[in-house]
Amino acid sequence: MSPRAAEHVEHTATGRMVFDVGSQHPSTHGLLRLAIETDGEEIVSAEACLGFLHRGIEKLGEHRRYHQLPTLMDRGDYLSGIHGELASALAVERLRGIEVPPKAHWLRSLLGEINRIASHMAWYGTFGRDAGVTSHFFYSMRDREALLDILEAVTGQRMTFNYVRPGGVIADLTVVAESKIRRFLRTFDAHLDEHQTFLGGNELLQKRLRGVGVIDRDSAMSLGLTGANLRASGVPYDVRRDRPYAAYSELEFGIPIGTTGDAMDRYLVRIEEMRQAARIVRQCIEGLPEGAVMAKLPKALRPREGETYACVESPRGELGVHLVADGSETPRRFHYRAPSLFAIAALEQMLPGTLLADAALLVGSVDIVPGEVER
Amino acid sequence: MNALLSSALHASAALVLVLLNGVVLVFMLRRMIGRMHLRRGGLHAGPGGVIQTAADVLKLLSKEGTRPGGVNRWVYAIAPMAVFVPSLVAYAALPFSETLRITRLDTGLLFTFAVLSVVPLGVIAGSLASASNRALIGAMRVVARQLACSVPLLLSVLPVVMITGTLDLGDIVNYQTGLWSGAFPRWFAIPLLPSLAIFTTAALCGLDRTVFDIHGIEPGPESGLAGEYSAMRFGLLCISEFGNVFVISALAVTVFFGGWTLPFVPLDLQSSIGPVVFLIKTYTLVFLFLWTRSVLPRVRTDQLMDLGWKWLIPLSIVWIMLVGLVVKASLPGTVV
Repeated sequence: MSPRAAEHVEHTATGRMVFDVGSQHPSTHGLLRLAIETDGEEIVSAEACLGFLHRGIEKLGEHRRYHQLPTLMDRGDYLSGIHGELASALAVERLRGIEVPPKAHWLRSLLGEINRIASHMAWYGTFGRDAGVTSHFFYSMRDREALLDILEAVTGQRMTFNYVRPGGVIADLTVVAESKIRRFLRTFDAHLDEHQTFLGGNELLQKRLRGVGVIDRDSAMSLGLTGANLRASGVPYDVRRDRPYAAYSELEFGIPIGTTGDAMDRYLVRIEEMRQAARIVRQCIEGLPEGAVMAKLPKALRPREGETYACVESPRGELGVHLVADGSETPRRFHYRAPSLFAIAALEQMLPGTLLADAALLVGSVDIVPGEVER
Repeated sequence: MNALLSSALHASAALVLVLLNGVVLVFMLRRMIGRMHLRRGGLHAGPGGVIQTAADVLKLLSKEGTRPGGVNRWVYAIAPMAVFVPSLVAYAALPFSETLRITRLDTGLLFTFAVLSVVPLGVIAGSLASASNRALIGAMRVVARQLACSVPLLLSVLPVVMITGTLDLGDIVNYQTGLWSGAFPRWFAIPLLPSLAIFTTAALCGLDRTVFDIHGIEPGPESGLAGEYSAMRFGLLCISEFGNVFVISALAVTVFFGGWTLPFVPLDLQSSIGPVVFLIKTYTLVFLFLWTRSVLPRVRTDQLMDLGWKWLIPLSIVWIMLVGLVVKASLPGTVV
């Protein structure tokens, strides 16, 4: 008997119904199938069925040279390619002991933060759609378009950048790209306030988000959640600060954390992260050092035997790459730690007991990218 | 002219009005949404985006109607009609001017509400016939929402009936002609502001029109009945929902904003421009409804039930009692 049913219907027999949400469904943010069992409107159990987007990235990595790993990582979390590239490049550099020029460090942070805002903008747009709002989506795409424009000006691509490589980055910032970034920064804070007023400031939305999909501190940690999902539960863990890479040890930024771990907290943490990311972009563009952007490296990298783990703070959490080298031109083992996979586990835990109407909203609130879940 | 021919003409006039009205509303919505959403493409297809609307209509008319397997054929085919016909009939009693109306009913107000309340029946029939659990859950929500909203909607116009002592929409409009203390129009919107507030809230909840083309691809199962329909059957469902927006707005104009009349304008002039005034007022309200609806997030079903049953209905009952006391005290004899 579901707790929501009124007393006098206690003896009415209710059957259970199975809903397949996905795999081709706009609110699954890619290809994800959720098998949801409901009792009326209430969800009894939820199971995520994966495998629709598996491309064997890890296995392919074992047959690619170290230089080629970033190309594969781009296709994992396709919304934040720079971060995937960076994690694999960091792992290779650590294995081989490569010294990266300082300017490349700064450019990695700069592009990483621009990519973070672009990724969060895509999340913001689709999340509101899950809540039944449409208008804000086009405004979030306006801002995302400006960011993709910048990324295209620097890297030549809009999504699969192939920009960060072992040893540095492939191209310097051009004058055009720099002016585009400055133009973006002039309006972004005001735009973000506008977004916040329109969606987060709406009382109807707040009523739907507060107290829904709560993950407490302990279960968030035991589930292995990272990123905004973990910070919303009150754990101030951020790879950029706790295990600094690129230029983050020299940059100033705040780490927003939530208190209750509900959908509203996750929303607010992500919005504030965009503001902090813009702050980092501003510092990077002001403090960019001079010099080369790529270390001198041989055509084929042959790290000596050993293994390493490198991680970065992607928009979705701790994105890690575990590399095992055997002294040849290709890695023996290449593992990709995808933060979205852990978010799906959390999703399976928080869905039972909520209403079917909230299912789409909760899928949106943990911000998953099936591309990296299934690799 | 014999009576049969006359009523046939009236009926076809109403049909043309409903269909044209649907097209005009789509055009309006396209332009409004185009500006609001930074989607300006639709504004440039032909003069003012006319071709866009024509393409929409042509697409609905020319698409192949598919029927999913496992449906109950008869009910599946009849359900869109059962949704469309009541919203067509609801136009019958609306007074466009002193003389221009399809039929004059003594119980026009009651008739319009009664006809509109048949719509959920078609919705639930169609969803059961679709043999899809998604359509069923969606339709259950639509019906629950309609019930929770149409009761306060009906209660909110009762004070007007109590004051005027009639259910004839034309008489209600006639009651609102002229001015109060020479400055304010005698519209019920002014003294019965709480009624208008309840009416607007209930209408906003009841009208589930976000964006025309999003209807079919909602992330949740909210699209309800329409999920299993295609082509012109889908078109009928859409036109019916647009028609309902128009009817509700027209009712609000008739009951609260003086219908076809205008203050400060001589009476003989009013009779000639009546329909135009009525349409302008109604489309303004339609615009406000669609505008509000398109920027608000969806309310969860149980929250909407709370709003309807726990707030709007008790509030309207209290308000009705207050108005009743005032009417009884100040105008003895008008209420039987």
